[in-house]
Amino acid sequence: MNWITNRLRPGFRNLLGPKRDTPENLWVKCPETGEMVFHRDLVANLYVIPGSGYHLRMPAEDRLRSLFDEGLFEQIQTPSVPVDPLKFRDERRYVDRLKDARAKTGREDAVLVGVGTLDGLKVTAAVQDFDFLGGSLGMAAGAAVVAGMQSAARHRTPFIMFAASGGARMQEGILSLMQMPKTTVAVQELRELGLPYIVVLTHPTTGGVTASYAMLGDVQIAEPGALIGFAGPRVIEQTIREKLPPGFQRAEYLHEHGMVDLVVPRHNLRSTLSRICHLLVKSEPVRAAAASVPMPEAPEPDTAEPAAADA
Amino acid sequence: MLERSGQMKSYLEFEDPVAELDGRIAELRAIGDDDDRGNISAEIERLEKKASQTLVEIYQKLTPWQKTQVARHPMRPHFVDYLKALISDFTPLAGDRNYAEDAAIVGGIGRFKGASVVVIGQEKGNTTETRLKHNFGMARPEGYRKAVRLMSLAERFSLPVLCFVDTAGAYPGIGAEERGQAEAIARSTDASLALGVPNIAVVIGEGGSGGAVAIATANRVMMLEHSIYTVASPEASASILWRDSTRAADAATAMKVTAQDLKRFHVIDQIITEPTGGAHRDAATVIGDVGDAISANLNELSAMSPEEIRRDRRRKFLAMGTLVD
Repeated sequence: MNWITNRLRPGFRNLLGPKRDTPENLWVKCPETGEMVFHRDLVANLYVIPGSGYHLRMPAEDRLRSLFDEGLFEQIQTPSVPVDPLKFRDERRYVDRLKDARAKTGREDAVLVGVGTLDGLKVTAAVQDFDFLGGSLGMAAGAAVVAGMQSAARHRTPFIMFAASGGARMQEGILSLMQMPKTTVAVQELRELGLPYIVVLTHPTTGGVTASYAMLGDVQIAEPGALIGFAGPRVIEQTIREKLPPGFQRAEYLHEHGMVDLVVPRHNLRSTLSRICHLLVKSEPVRAAAASVPMPEAPEPDTAEPAAADA
Repeated sequence: MLERSGQMKSYLEFEDPVAELDGRIAELRAIGDDDDRGNISAEIERLEKKASQTLVEIYQKLTPWQKTQVARHPMRPHFVDYLKALISDFTPLAGDRNYAEDAAIVGGIGRFKGASVVVIGQEKGNTTETRLKHNFGMARPEGYRKAVRLMSLAERFSLPVLCFVDTAGAYPGIGAEERGQAEAIARSTDASLALGVPNIAVVIGEGGSGGAVAIATANRVMMLEHSIYTVASPEASASILWRDSTRAADAATAMKVTAQDLKRFHVIDQIITEPTGGAHRDAATVIGDVGDAISANLNELSAMSPEEIRRDRRRKFLAMGTLVD
C-alpha cells in the first residue's frame, strides 16, 4: 500500500487549487456559512465543516480509506479504452482536456475501484471523482464501474458505489450514452449472484449516471444536501420557465419522495454501510478492525446514528 | 394511408433549389392550358428531371445538422403511422398502475405479420392538439414504467418486443423529477436487458439521450438512414458545451449523431435506407422496409433460447465502447 503514503491526499490538493503554498489556502471556507476551517481539521472531520455540517466533496482515495478497515485497500486495475474516437473538440481538443484532468487528479479517468474489508467482510467499492471532468461517465469510467462489479462478482463480495457525476461525458457522444446499458448489465450480474449492491449518492449525481447504475442499488443512500436528479436544475428552469422550489432535488427531498432509503451523514456512513452489508450477507461484523482506521479522528461513528440518519 | 401525405409539401431550408424548381413546375402547369402545349410539357418534364436530380444530390451529402432537420421533419412518419401500417389487431394498453397514463409512450399488444407481439414507441404528435397530448414525445416516469409493465407482459406470454424510438429526450420537469425520472429510465433499460424474449428497436426519427436508451436497449438496434441518436439533443449539447443553444449545428457535427457514425462505432446493427428526399417523401415504402427489416431480424433471433437471447444482448452492450474503429 505504498502509494497511499507516497501520494498523500492528492485530492485534498485539488480542493485547495494550484496555489496551495500560500498560507491562506490552509484555510477552507464553508460555502454555506463562510466559516473558516483549518485544512487539517477538515480532513480529520471527513471533509464535513464542523460548525455547519456542510458536506464538502471528499477526494476519491480518502473516500475509500474512510470505508475500509485500517484504511487499507487494494486498487483494482481498470481496462484501457479507445482514446477520443470522435476526434472531439469544442473550444479545446478533448485529448487536451483529458491530459489536464489527468495531471490535476493523478488519475487515468474518473473512477477509482478498490477492494478491502469492512468490519471483516470483504467488499469491493468504486468512487467517482468529480474533479476528473465532473465525474462524467465516459467509456473509461463505464469500463471501470463494470470491471469493479465483475471483480465483486468473481470474488463474491458486496459492491458499494459512491456516485458523483454531472452525467454523460459529452466529448464521447453516443459512446458515453452506451455506458448506461453497459453498466446495467454488470448490475444484473451482481443481482443474479445475490450480491448486495449499495449506492451512495454524493453531491452532485445527475444525468445518465442516475438514469442507470446509480439508481439500481438494492439499497440507496444519499449524503445530506447532495443534489440528485436526472435533468439539471438549469435545464428544468429553462423548460418550465419558473423558479424551482427550495430543496428541490436535494437528498432530503428525494428521501421524502421515496427515491432513496436513507440520508446518512458522512460520519455515520461507514457504520451504516457495514451494518447493511453484514445484514444482507448474514454475517457478523468484526468490530476490532474498525478501531484502527487512521484517517478519521472523527466522532465515534455509532453514537448518534439512528436519529441523524433519519434527518 | 397517411392523411398528411396529401398536404402541401414543406421544404427544409437546404431544399430551396428543389422548392424553386417545384415552384416553376407548378407555374407552368397552371398556364399549361393555353397554346403551345407541347413546349410546356417538355419543359415540365425537363424541370422535373432536374428537381429529382437535385434532390438526390442534396440528400447524398446531408450534413449532420441537415439530417437532424430531416429526422424532425413535421411530415416524417411517426410511430402511430408505423403502428397503423404494420400492426393489426392493435390493442393499446394504458397506464403504469401507480400514477398515470403517459401518452408520450404508446404501447400495447397486436399482430406483426400475423404473430402476436408487444409494441412500444414514442409518439411526438403531428398537430397542436396531438403534440400536447403526447407531450412532444417526451415521456415522464409513468411512460417508462408503463414500458416496463409491457415488457414484463411480453416476458410472461413469450412475445417479442418491438420498440420505435422517436424522442428529443425524457421530459425535464418538476413532477418528472419528483416521481423519479432517473429511476424510471434506469428500470426500463434494466427490464429491456433482462428480457428472455427478443426485442428490436428502430430509431425512426430522434433518439435523444437516456429517454431513448430506456427502450432502445435491444438485441437488434436499427436506425433509419437520416435519423439521429445522441447523448443529448444538439441544442442541449450546444448549451452544455458552449452555453449557447444556437450553436446546435456545430454540436450535431461534433457529437457524431448520424446513423452512419453510429454504425461505424458499432452502436447500432443496421441502417434502413430511406427514399430519396427522406422518409416523408414516401412513407409507405419506408414503413414497409422497416417492417421487412424487423421481420428478418426476428427470424434470426427466433431459434434462440431465452438464455441465449439474454446473453446475446448482454454481450453486445458490454462491448459498447471497446469496438471503435
